[in-house]
Amino acid sequence: MSDAHDPTDGPPEARRGVSRRGFLSSVGTGAFTAAAARSVAAEPPSGAPVVQAAERTKIALHVNGRRHEMLVEPRWSLAYVLREHLGLTGTKVGCERGECGACTVLIEDVPRYACLTLAVEAAGANITTLEGLMIGEELGPTQQAFLEEDAFQCGYCTPGQIMAVEGMLRSDADPSLEEIQRGVSGNLCRCGTYAHIFRAAQRAAELKQEPGGAR
Amino acid sequence: MRPESDDRYYTDGVEVPITPPAAAEPEPWGETRVVGKPLPRVDAYERVSGTAVYPADMTLPRMLYGAILGCPHPHADVRSVDISGATRLPGVRAVISAFDVPPALGPHAGTMRDQLFPTRCRYEGAAVAAVAAETPYQAFDALRAIAVDYEVLPFVADERRALEPDAPRIYDEGNRVGDPQRYARGDVERGFAEADVVLEEDYRTECEIHTPMEPHGCVAQWDGDSLTVWESTQGVYNVQPQVADALGLPLSKVRIVGHYMGGGFGSKLQAGAYTIVASLLAKQTARPVKLTITREDSFLSVGNRPPANMHIKAGVKRDGTLTALEFVGSGTGGAYRSGGTPTSFLLADLYLCPNVRTELTDIYINAGPARPFRAPGHPQSSWALEQMMDALARAIGMDPVEFRVRNTPTVSQMRNGIPYTTTGLRACLEEGAKAFRWRETRDEITRRGSQGHLRRGIGMAAGMWSAGGGGPPSTAIVKLFADGSVNLNMGASDIGTGTKTVMAMIVAEELGVPYDGVQIEHADTSTTQWASASGGSKTVPTESPAVRAAAIDVRDQLFRLAAEELQVDPSTLSLENGSIMCSTDPAKTTPLPRLRALRQRRSITGVGYRGPNPEGKAINPFAAQFCEVEVDPSTGEVRIVRFLGTNDSGRVMNLLTYRNQVFGGITMGIGYVMTEARVLDVDQTGKLCNKNWHDYKLPTALDVPADMTCLPIDVPDTEANTAGAKGIGEPATIPTGGAIANAIYDAIGVRLTDTPMTPAHVVQALAARGEG
Repeated sequence: MSDAHDPTDGPPEARRGVSRRGFLSSVGTGAFTAAAARSVAAEPPSGAPVVQAAERTKIALHVNGRRHEMLVEPRWSLAYVLREHLGLTGTKVGCERGECGACTVLIEDVPRYACLTLAVEAAGANITTLEGLMIGEELGPTQQAFLEEDAFQCGYCTPGQIMAVEGMLRSDADPSLEEIQRGVSGNLCRCGTYAHIFRAAQRAAELKQEPGGAR
Repeated sequence: MRPESDDRYYTDGVEVPITPPAAAEPEPWGETRVVGKPLPRVDAYERVSGTAVYPADMTLPRMLYGAILGCPHPHADVRSVDISGATRLPGVRAVISAFDVPPALGPHAGTMRDQLFPTRCRYEGAAVAAVAAETPYQAFDALRAIAVDYEVLPFVADERRALEPDAPRIYDEGNRVGDPQRYARGDVERGFAEADVVLEEDYRTECEIHTPMEPHGCVAQWDGDSLTVWESTQGVYNVQPQVADALGLPLSKVRIVGHYMGGGFGSKLQAGAYTIVASLLAKQTARPVKLTITREDSFLSVGNRPPANMHIKAGVKRDGTLTALEFVGSGTGGAYRSGGTPTSFLLADLYLCPNVRTELTDIYINAGPARPFRAPGHPQSSWALEQMMDALARAIGMDPVEFRVRNTPTVSQMRNGIPYTTTGLRACLEEGAKAFRWRETRDEITRRGSQGHLRRGIGMAAGMWSAGGGGPPSTAIVKLFADGSVNLNMGASDIGTGTKTVMAMIVAEELGVPYDGVQIEHADTSTTQWASASGGSKTVPTESPAVRAAAIDVRDQLFRLAAEELQVDPSTLSLENGSIMCSTDPAKTTPLPRLRALRQRRSITGVGYRGPNPEGKAINPFAAQFCEVEVDPSTGEVRIVRFLGTNDSGRVMNLLTYRNQVFGGITMGIGYVMTEARVLDVDQTGKLCNKNWHDYKLPTALDVPADMTCLPIDVPDTEANTAGAKGIGEPATIPTGGAIANAIYDAIGVRLTDTPMTPAHVVQALAARGEG
């Protein structure tokens, strides 16, 4: 691995950890494809490190206000690292292909699918998971709203729904019903609790307006 | 003839124990303190804070990740499996297949045998090999390095072609699953002869796939010869015997834990191949193994609601009397016998009709086996029957609500005329129509006419659920501690319907303690009593009486002790806010922690058993749904404007979770008929074309109306059980599809008899009529 720069920190353009070409060589899965991809990979641009599929890269993830330095494979998703390495299982995985939204986290306050975000991509950015909405052991206002309105059944999509609502309210404190419906339309709920989720989003907006509610 | 309605799919293949008799039945509740209130769930904090641990969330020290290689062909023989490439890869700790079977899988595979490494694969996704590795990425690398030599066989993937003489045979005896199921009463020919109007129509519903948000899976860990499996399941006591059988273990050595689970809808009532595979891999590696199936596998191999082909011929008199109903249906549970047909129950029981004939044919095809799916068979038949009822009403110029009201039975015609304990069908129809403003809306739409190009319409449908009464056995244990706090122990799973909350509310009702302070131990074969799996909308009516009896047992023991200590008559005592009160002497009020006898014992344990259901009575929940739609004839888009669901499910136990079930049922019903369909490549490859949520469309927040109303007919069914409750989960989704189709017909005058009612489908139907 190149030591031309420290990929764990620094300006955004330098902190991604791998070059695009290096990444391409790493996503080949299975011995055959990996070998084939390596054989066609041309010389890397000068200064960019090239890593192999199983070669781990040192990154720093900023999650819920804490910095975690860790070694990750370039192909590891942010969802996988959050869940299986940092133990933050509030982030759920439903499809691993950006269809259900159970893995929604906030990256710089914007809802993002953690299953379609590589851990190396998220390095250095401010990541907020469901656990990060807690105020100590107290529920945050959006979580409290979901509790009050019974805006879940099995609860597995719920963290993603809560993060979608939280992200929406951070950019628009008083969304209309239609905006709420659009705001959670990237999050599937197979139990079908959408009607209660709409109410919870409205309630969350209210709770956040209350003294001490804004976070 | 055994009524089909008495099949209990949630205990299919399970030996149901007999419990000791229940204690004397308590009086029905009068005014309640806790039960029925819209209270947040006891586990809401865990579910919204992320502290609820689902099996997919588990991490154990030294845990490995398992993965299963599925057969890519719908029909193939496995000639050989070469695992040598996979075993050499980094991080790979075990590889198993039909040719590398670990010794732990003895000759005992039992009911699981067909699912575990078959050498004849009869559906795409059948488990051919499996691996365990240090990371899931390495596990999937290893799957891709396994070389399988298949002999690909001719397939049939469409049940409508599978009975043709030249169709490939899935079994030597052919593709028909046994003989057709038939039911008849009266004389349909005479009924048709007596009718003023006879209508006939073909209907079809497409195959729907459960796809719960948490994919099926488990974590398996061995401790010597004892196995613990944390399983995403609806019933730990269904999984336990299957695992014990497959691995040749005594039941005492198989512990299944099922606390949180991310949705099942019937597809998690049984152990999966993944359960056994994880256990085998854990045994082989002597390390815990987590195996969560992929989303793609969840479309292929863990069940579905079968497609249904249905024909109804119906006769009616001008005065609205139904004279005859004939129903011929077929469907497929895929490559194994798994209940592939729609139900005849609705045809035979929902409306008064003296002459009924039904015939159901189940067919094998090369596709994943069906599993029970929320009201198995019912939404299919409801789709057909409720559209036919709408058409009949129109044909005789009668309002469809009134037509149904006129044909509301008070006895179960399919069960030889025994009465229902209660039937709120008429109340659902009448009160639902009133709350929906059915007639007023109809008049408004007629008066307003077509404004612009959008067309409005309203539709309704009724339904009932063939189960939903529950029954024995159930055993619950309630423990009162010296400080007045309470523990509830029950075997049932809370699959997201709020079972834990409702049961805690029952304990609180009887013992005067805060419901959210009741600590609950549940769904664990080592620490809780046998319970049937949570399915069939029977968990509340089954478990509630046992929990209530256990709490009353505690209270009776407590009152005996207190009466002696306080020198009063036990009948004067009551419990409120953690204190014992005496109705004749207020000075005797004693907080529980101050009761000496309780302090000395440290705890009082009460046991409750579920008593039998009343003899000679049918217990069923009823429903009606009403909706308004707006159709754009130029694009075929349908916007569902509002929905009202009205249900007779006996006593409402918790208004908040009840409402959630109703809205959830409607939402699932919307998906069923508007967006969802399994697409098999029936001509070329037989493979599933849409095994992901991009191509298989679940309803999203933009596909459901925010304007949903839940109107409970809240009349306790005191004869059914000591809680007065019937099931709600399944009846809430049965009438939805028909109500929408009827509303679309009302809007555009075209009857869509096939699902899903996509814009393309609507436009084609209009074009076929010469419009659009």
